[in-house]
Amino acid sequence: MPNLEQRSRAEIEEFLYHEAALLDEWRLVEWRKLFAEECKYLVPNMAGDPYASPDSTLYLIADDAHHLTERVKRLGKRTAHAEYPHSITQRSISNVRLVERTPDHLDVHCNFVTFRTSQGVTDTYFGKHEYRFVQADDALLIQQKRSILAMGALRPHGKLSIIV
Amino acid sequence: MDANTKSRVGSAIRVERDTKRFGIARAAYTDPDILSAEMAGIFAKCWLYVGHSSELKDAGAFKTRTISGRPLIFLKDKQSQIRCFLNVCPHRGAQICRLREGSARSFSCIYHGWTFENTGRVMGVAEPETYPSDFSSNGRNDLVSVPRFEEYRGFWFVNFDAGAISLQDYLGGAREYIDVIVDQAEQGMEITGGVQEYSARANWKLLAENSVDILHVEALHPTYLDLVATNSKGQIKRGKMLGKCIDLGNGHSVVERQATYGRPIAQWISLWGDEAKVEIDAIFARLVKSYGEEKAIRMARYSRNLLIFPNLVINDIMSITVRTFQPKAADYMEVSVWSLAPKEEVGTPALSRRLGNFLEFLGPGGFATPDDIEALESCQRAAIAAPEAPWNDLSKGFDPSGKDDVGDTKDELPQRAFWRGWQSQLLQAGV
Repeated sequence: MPNLEQRSRAEIEEFLYHEAALLDEWRLVEWRKLFAEECKYLVPNMAGDPYASPDSTLYLIADDAHHLTERVKRLGKRTAHAEYPHSITQRSISNVRLVERTPDHLDVHCNFVTFRTSQGVTDTYFGKHEYRFVQADDALLIQQKRSILAMGALRPHGKLSIIV
Repeated sequence: MDANTKSRVGSAIRVERDTKRFGIARAAYTDPDILSAEMAGIFAKCWLYVGHSSELKDAGAFKTRTISGRPLIFLKDKQSQIRCFLNVCPHRGAQICRLREGSARSFSCIYHGWTFENTGRVMGVAEPETYPSDFSSNGRNDLVSVPRFEEYRGFWFVNFDAGAISLQDYLGGAREYIDVIVDQAEQGMEITGGVQEYSARANWKLLAENSVDILHVEALHPTYLDLVATNSKGQIKRGKMLGKCIDLGNGHSVVERQATYGRPIAQWISLWGDEAKVEIDAIFARLVKSYGEEKAIRMARYSRNLLIFPNLVINDIMSITVRTFQPKAADYMEVSVWSLAPKEEVGTPALSRRLGNFLEFLGPGGFATPDDIEALESCQRAAIAAPEAPWNDLSKGFDPSGKDDVGDTKDELPQRAFWRGWQSQLLQAGV
């Protein structure tokens, strides 16, 4: 059984490409299963410290496990109007770095570019994902995903209705 | 405003008394000439929100903001006086400050090195010996202040018209609602760190209308209502909502109604746990003690959607959001949003609950706001493309024989109040 300390960059890249494919294909229920039981999905605002606590700083998204489940439920409904009909998205992942290993967790950073097309308009989201992975049995799971956007502001994007 | 634009502003509202219809010409959302008239007649004449005093904590703190297209520096000077300058060098017009925020005792222009105290007074010009000795006298080289700069309960506004009425008079009937919001705090309100900066490919007036529109919630936001039902385990029912909407004059309006979600001050939901219930009960008891039961119920268990004409929204709903929007084109605006919270919540779980509540609904990543933006953009796409369908309808709750100044929660009265204010401001502005 591969443990966390033996995971190679190739394995991690495979995981990230798989995650990107699930999101591009709108397989969000499967995507949700990539997370550990206790988990966070964080998108800080672009002005200010991206590591400030969401308990005392306004974020764009600061989901715990409950809200992440609810977000996936929402995006599965036709009444999530901003994403129905689903936008067309394409994610590219690069510059993958394994930045910290301990017996309990593995921290991975990567760059991303996500294109989103909807209603004839294409927006480009880009920045850095910072993951903390944990392992449960054989499975690599996301304990936290922090997506640090680098566009300066959501202008002209207007919304962050997808998962970048 | 040329005669043609003036005529279009004059005919933008269509009232049909017999059929009780109230219509808006869709061209008012799409016509660039109308936007030019608005920039001159509204955004250069009305009081516009700049920032909150709590954003400038220590002497020297500054924020740069763009309001009505003008670059501004909003700061607290070395004597702790809050000021607002045009962010333009008196010399050759470069921005004096190119940072979005920080702390500075002085500002130095990158272009030729003119320097200024944070009071605006010029400290030095390039090669002063080559100018007459009195070149900088009488404040001739100081930073230019905005023509008018006034505050109400921590909210600072600018006005680019030196002859404008006072902010107090301008806010008029809206002041009481700002009071009901600010008075919920024991130690005053402050802006929480973090600003949501987004946009919409839509006319700015669509967001003004949307911010005081309760009618849309069931159709547009069922995914949010599902979340609320889950969070409160069905405890909060969304039936007929007690409440009303009011025309506050000058284009301002409010909708005040029973809150159908948890409120940090002060309506508990099961998601927050039993400890929070004790805290929230104590907050409610404090409000009863200070203001009496009737007003405490109004403060704690009612929501307020408050629109200050033209572009400030203070919505005291599941959280308190301060939202302002700047038109950039007839079909594009930039939106900035802050969270307002009582100072006593800082460092406590109450602030975490408040921010959690905020993000569930509000902002570009929330469970509701993205759908609002989608709806506004959809209006813009359709309205601009369909001149053969030229009228929007805002008739709900309209009775032309009455004063049309108070209505039911879901009436389109706030939107009518906004448009009447819009029209009279443009026609009276004399530009």
